Amino acid sequence: MQTQPPTIRQLFWGFLEIGLTGFGGVLPIARRALVDRRRWLSSEDFAQELAVAQLLPGPNIVNLSVAIGLRFAGPAGAVVAFVAILAMPLVILLALLQLYASSGEHPAVSRALHGIAAVAAGLVGAMAWRLAASLRGAWEDAAIVLLAVVAIGILGWPLLPALLVGAALGIAFAARRAAGSKKA
Amino acid sequence: MPDAILIELATIFARLSLMAVGGVNPLLPEMNRIFVQQLAWLSDAQFATLFAITQGAPGPNILVVAAIGWQIAGIPGALVSLGAICAPSAILAGWCSRLRQQLTQSRRAKIFQRGLIPITVGLIGASSLVLARGAAQEAQSQVWSSALTLVTIGITIRYNPHPLWLLASGALIGLLGLV
Repeated sequence: MQTQPPTIRQLFWGFLEIGLTGFGGVLPIARRALVDRRRWLSSEDFAQELAVAQLLPGPNIVNLSVAIGLRFAGPAGAVVAFVAILAMPLVILLALLQLYASSGEHPAVSRALHGIAAVAAGLVGAMAWRLAASLRGAWEDAAIVLLAVVAIGILGWPLLPALLVGAALGIAFAARRAAGSKKA
Repeated sequence: MPDAILIELATIFARLSLMAVGGVNPLLPEMNRIFVQQLAWLSDAQFATLFAITQGAPGPNILVVAAIGWQIAGIPGALVSLGAICAPSAILAGWCSRLRQQLTQSRRAKIFQRGLIPITVGLIGASSLVLARGAAQEAQSQVWSSALTLVTIGITIRYNPHPLWLLASGALIGLLGLV
């Protein structure tokens, strides 16, 4: 497939559009827009950029935008892509928040928000459940999950020590399994 | 002293940026701990409501940080907070992008990524608990609010509808005064 590298202006409009259309998950939309429609990247290149974005800390879509902006237009491209991906959703969110500030005390609004908040908590819970499926039931992993839920979610411990210990244990278990499967 | 608050917001979120393994959702309990439990700048219910509003708007989840900043210090708070949570990780992403070949092909990277999944799952699960607690706090009935959270988890796992349908149903259920 022939790819077409974007100019800095196209970077801006492209990411502005992706930011605006991404409702509940921007990544699938980003793939369609960048690979299929605009043809800035081949499917393989996109997959690789995405893999790096997911490996590093930070919001995946922001990491991805910065890397793609940098790839095509240097540091200026990175800044343009960063601003463009967040600009429209931020404006919409701020408008909603101002609306909430002026009407949040209204009983109907606050009742509706109670319902939305309970559902939003459930959406996050379902995300954890689905991601857990990729663990394929290893008991060591399940122990890390359980300890993190109790320590952070119930006991309210600080994140950093839990993150360091949980990551170190998880990586140690993954390394041991990888070594085991290589021998077998 | 609004400037002092903006500086504090920037410091807090910049520090959280490099801990955002697996995106922003795993960070929610830590944000709750800092802003609700430690500083008492927000209530549990406000925290859950801000997240709910973000879910009902388009765009990446990271915007919840802008909503928190907005509640504490208005529009400047939103901009400073969002910039601070994104900048360190975005700079790292830019810096690492020329290493992408090594980063994605190596066996070590795969082990690293696989090893981070359990703690990420645990932290997202903890986020769900913290948000459910906040949602229930000012609801008409804590039991029904928690039940709605559980039903949402069940429906999403089983049928995977578009989240907007569920959020809209939640708004309706709330409007009817059921939770």
